[in-house]
Amino acid sequence: MGLELYLDLLSQPCRAVYIFAKKNRIPFELRILELLKGQHISKEFSQINSLQKLPTLKDGDFILTESVAILIYLSSKYQTEAHWYPSELHVRSRIHEYLGWHADCIRSIFGAPLWIRVLVPLIGAQVPEEKVERNKAAINGALQKLEDKFLGCRAFLASQEVTLADLMALEELIQLFAVGYDLFEGRPRLAAWRKRVETFLGAELCQEAHGPILNILEQAANKTLPVPPPEVHPTMLNRISRIP
Amino acid sequence: MGLELYLDLLSQPCRAVYIFAKKNRIPFELRTVELLNAQHLSDAFAQVNPLKKLPALKDEDFILTESVAILLYLTHKYKVPDHWYPQELQARARVDEYLAWQHMTLRRNCLRILWHKVMFPVFLGESVSPEMLAATMAELDQSLQLFEDKFLQNKAFIAGAHISLADLVAITELMHPVGAGCQIFEGRPALAAWRQRVEAAVGEALFWEAHEVIMKAKDCPPIDPTIKQKLLCRVLAMIQ
Ligand SMILES: N[C@@H](CCC(=O)N[C@@H](CS)C(=O)NCC(=O)O)C(=O)O
Ligand SMILES: N[C@@H](CCC(=O)N[C@@H](CS)C(=O)NCC(=O)O)C(=O)O
Repeated sequence: MGLELYLDLLSQPCRAVYIFAKKNRIPFELRILELLKGQHISKEFSQINSLQKLPTLKDGDFILTESVAILIYLSSKYQTEAHWYPSELHVRSRIHEYLGWHADCIRSIFGAPLWIRVLVPLIGAQVPEEKVERNKAAINGALQKLEDKFLGCRAFLASQEVTLADLMALEELIQLFAVGYDLFEGRPRLAAWRKRVETFLGAELCQEAHGPILNILEQAANKTLPVPPPEVHPTMLNRISRIP
Repeated sequence: MGLELYLDLLSQPCRAVYIFAKKNRIPFELRTVELLNAQHLSDAFAQVNPLKKLPALKDEDFILTESVAILLYLTHKYKVPDHWYPQELQARARVDEYLAWQHMTLRRNCLRILWHKVMFPVFLGESVSPEMLAATMAELDQSLQLFEDKFLQNKAFIAGAHISLADLVAITELMHPVGAGCQIFEGRPALAAWRQRVEAAVGEALFWEAHEVIMKAKDCPPIDPTIKQKLLCRVLAMIQ
């Protein structure tokens, strides 16, 4: 068995891995696990990844979790084009600087609106209004830093070409956009950056990878999303309680 | 001016950078920025890092923040022994995997423990509810279990037979709850044995030199009220 990727395109790190593999024509078997159906907490998958998280890579006997580790592994194993993860010290450092900040300051904040708007109601839970407001303020603050410090006057976040950093960032921003956040409004530099990244990736691939998440509000309104089974409620409630 | 490192050894990522640079005999100027005195919020430091966080590196004109980025920069620039960040694909992936995983788990838990258990009550004079503290402890327990089962397994170190950046980042986190008075290694023999190995690999003297400040954190005097005003909202944002 060759390379297998366990993904759910509703998840931002999964989309980053998917787009990277597709864009670089890395051959892989797609193993879709639907988080909303709790497919990631099955016995079968727990044997592959005891953390029960997506994305997960399986390459023969070698199993790897964490999107950033997976992206670096793929770029090195498949010798993808240098611009993604250049060996030049300063650009590579900028990529890691962004990814460190992203893990601390983007990931936990930008994920929240999807929970608040779609996932929390799906299981009949609630998030205090105070947290919702705090989240909005935190998002605005983080977007400002993203634009001023990380993008600055460059074409892309870490260099003049697309890198892993742009891919990770784009997928978090797309998710916000999908749940109705007008984040590109009034932020022309960020909007232009998004356009550049998407143009590079190609409309077809973006459509394919972003389709499910861009439809999520419509699906929620039409009640066509899977209703999470009781077994996943504990991890979902735990995630909800951790919204800062 | 050569390499400058802006650090406060109270901070766990700063300790990782400090130990790494010292252990590998990388020459640097230590620029201590005292977090508890709000020196990181000064105009002077904002010139170095507008995000006002430690650690930060300055190498001539090149300024870099984020501990993982700094550790990798030093690794590549100074050609340190391979085991810190192995060339071999799978071993390297194990290091990257841990470095990505820790952000929302051990890093988050260990930071919260120190603040909930020591810094809030002793330093800031703010109480923390017993439920909050219990929840923080429970989360740490869970992360420690995952760390043992998934990352350490029955290996000597996270990436295999030798110490890597991942072990260094992990140990400097885990010494945070120890500084807060939690006996996290008790009843966890595998974790305790790993800690011993890391200490031996780094060298006992350097290990404890780097951890002197955190081991005394419980004794820090109450904060000056004007500084408290400056720090409080940032602290809340960090641990909410
Ligand atoms: N830091 C990880 C995040 C992994 C993660 O949290 N994945 C989510 C989906 S975005 C997941 O699998 N959640 C399921 C659960 O926690 O039960 C990465 O970047 O890969
Ligand atoms: N992800 C960053 C974390 C940086 C960070 O949060 N540093 C803390 C000290 S451990 C800090 O400077 N806090 C001061 C503040 O935010 O006011 C890293 O690994 O370097």
